[in-house]
Amino acid sequence: MSHDDHHAVVIPAPGSEFVPHTVAHHFSTPVQEFQAGKLGFWLFLATEILLFGGLFAAYFYFHELFPQTFRVGGEQLDWRLGALNTSVLLLSSWTMAMGVRSAQTSQKTKTIVYLILTVLGAVGFMVIKFIEYRAKNEHGLICFGHLFDGYDMASGQVSWFKDYHGVMANVPHGHMFFAIYLTMTAIHGLHVIIGAIAILYVLRGTAMGRYHAGYYLPVDLVGLYWHLVDLIWIFLFPLLYLVP
Amino acid sequence: MTTNTPAIDVQKSPAAAPRENYLNCSKGFKSWALTLDHKRIGLMYLVGVSIAFLAGGLFALLVRLHLWEPEGMLFTNIEYNQIFTLHGAFMVFLFVIPAIPGSLGNVVMPLMVGAKDVALPKLNLLSFYLWLAGAVLAVLAIVLGGFDTGWTFYAPYSLYTDRAIVTIGMAIFILGFSSIFTGLNFIVTVHKLRAPGMTWFRMPLFVWAIYATAILQVLATPVLGITVLLVAFERLYNIGIFDPRLGGDPVLFEHFFWFYSHPAVYIMVLPAFGIISELVSVHSRKPLFGYKLIAFSSIAIAVISFLVWGHHMFTSGQSTYAMFAFSFLTFFVAIPTAIKEFSWVATVWKGSVALNSPMLYTLAFLIIFAIGGLTGVILGALNVDLHLHDTYFVVAHFHYVMMGSIALAFFAGLHHWWPKMFGVMYNELQAKIACATIFIGFNLTFLPQFVMGSRGMPRRYATYVPEYVPYHQASTIGAVILGAGVALMVFYLLASLLIRKKAKENQWGGVTLDWIAPTPPPHLNFDEEPKVVHEVYDYSTLDYDSMQRDC
Repeated sequence: MSHDDHHAVVIPAPGSEFVPHTVAHHFSTPVQEFQAGKLGFWLFLATEILLFGGLFAAYFYFHELFPQTFRVGGEQLDWRLGALNTSVLLLSSWTMAMGVRSAQTSQKTKTIVYLILTVLGAVGFMVIKFIEYRAKNEHGLICFGHLFDGYDMASGQVSWFKDYHGVMANVPHGHMFFAIYLTMTAIHGLHVIIGAIAILYVLRGTAMGRYHAGYYLPVDLVGLYWHLVDLIWIFLFPLLYLVP
Repeated sequence: MTTNTPAIDVQKSPAAAPRENYLNCSKGFKSWALTLDHKRIGLMYLVGVSIAFLAGGLFALLVRLHLWEPEGMLFTNIEYNQIFTLHGAFMVFLFVIPAIPGSLGNVVMPLMVGAKDVALPKLNLLSFYLWLAGAVLAVLAIVLGGFDTGWTFYAPYSLYTDRAIVTIGMAIFILGFSSIFTGLNFIVTVHKLRAPGMTWFRMPLFVWAIYATAILQVLATPVLGITVLLVAFERLYNIGIFDPRLGGDPVLFEHFFWFYSHPAVYIMVLPAFGIISELVSVHSRKPLFGYKLIAFSSIAIAVISFLVWGHHMFTSGQSTYAMFAFSFLTFFVAIPTAIKEFSWVATVWKGSVALNSPMLYTLAFLIIFAIGGLTGVILGALNVDLHLHDTYFVVAHFHYVMMGSIALAFFAGLHHWWPKMFGVMYNELQAKIACATIFIGFNLTFLPQFVMGSRGMPRRYATYVPEYVPYHQASTIGAVILGAGVALMVFYLLASLLIRKKAKENQWGGVTLDWIAPTPPPHLNFDEEPKVVHEVYDYSTLDYDSMQRDC
């Protein structure tokens, strides 16, 4: 590995509270490293959109097949909580953007404050989501306790769909809306949690002084990821809560 | 093309003690398990996919031996379903998709563009370990009850069968991400890490092919990911979208599946095209005929491949007009593909052809791929396909492309870059014998399948009527010959690592950067950053001394 040393490019730290950044051995310049990271991450975001694309395709297909199921199903969701969650995520996207900006201008304390606010946004979103899921559980629309009990041959229904109040009694395949609602929001929720963990990771790096005007790529990338999580919700909210 | 100055200005250190290279620069288990060197990761992939190939080949032999007799010789019908599913799933997901990009692509592509490594080395290592995790899960699925759905996992059977579908589904999901990360890495590498002077149209065609493949890997694989996830959700909590009992639509599964899996066959075949493009040029010592057309045809294939998935579903129930469109678009794939085939043949024409083992594999590819490709056009024709659907004709076509073309191209590339990767040469005579054996065995296995398929023998059946005995028995004999050829190949390749007969510095006389780099390459690939000043495949710049000098 004797070759490793003589190409090392180091970006100096802008102040004593920061640490210098060593450009990875296989890059010639910091710009090359930055652009490679950016391009790679945008490609990764494209795969995320395509992954959700399959779910959106399923949504549109069954919306077309069973329009009443989706109308009545959508009415069972609380659009106020959905709207609140949309606001929470939008606000957290703003704090994330400010966090990235603060990292780019070497403002360590500000970066930390904004990143913490973003994580709080993620936690708030998940708490509200939990309240919504609990209501669905109480109405028997998604019985989480019976989620994995399978298909009930006798009733011709899935075990987790009891519909205590009979709200879906008059539409075909009432469970379909809630199956898609649960799958889409749960996978989105998983992304919120992963995003929060990623933010905590760059928060730690920021506290250690790793990110500054000379090197802020990880903060930038986590920011992009967080905006994507936000963006997907921007589509989920109207499709599930408002379109009906 | 007229000047005689060397193409690339690289200082050669005087021959002294054994030169430090990527194989001997550090030692110990950790130096391999945690390596970020694309060449070492490529070698680990090579070991992994080779084991998967041999396992998949063993399952294939079991299938063929079982079909020696009309009533089946070895298994119950249920067991037979598992064995052919194992063969398909292992070969497709653990071998053909990752094989060329993961192993040869990893080792050679960064060398070819003059980079020190891939752009994201940690991601590269991660994608290998994801492959490994997928392989472990696949083996675990066998232990947990196996899977008997065929490699296509069609709903609704995959929803109801009492097998380890969730486990193998997760294996495929993870393998998908391994493939995505490899593709993503290669796209970034090609865009950002090319050496000074390495313009897009000076890139060797293997790089173009790997690049087109990478685009497909990134854009198609996530759809497979969500599809297998949805199948897993169906089995875990009855989401219902594929299950007809719950208002779901099994044909939706087929659309999802083939939206990935049709581009996936080009994920498999494009790297093979790339290898052949390199090899016909080097071993004919002649610039490639139609360089730009071959480069663009790779991209054209990548684009068209997204528009033809419906041709797998002509009997599944879709709109007649959609079928017209899918059939018509399928014919379009033949155009860029034929451009490649003709360009390769035109490259060999009047070249200084060296009939060494990599070139023999290449010529075998050219013959087999012509048959594999043309039978694809036959199957793309809507009216013909309605009769040939789900017969051995499809199986034969598929194997002429997957095994006869892709695996042979992989072997060709392996023989071509073996001296580069290890600095040793295998026994050429044994290599030629193995190549001939594989070629004969392969054709004897699959030509009869075209005939019996066109006469109505359905695929995936454990038993058959006695009229098909001669075809099945010929096919089984062919499979055994094919297996013997592969066994010989494995033997002499491994033996070469023990005998250690030194390879030449530039074994075949290549002029792309992978042959300019020292053999085997040092940890950072080049002693000095290469500067490219000549067009690609310019053999007037060939340094003949390097072909005589031991590495």
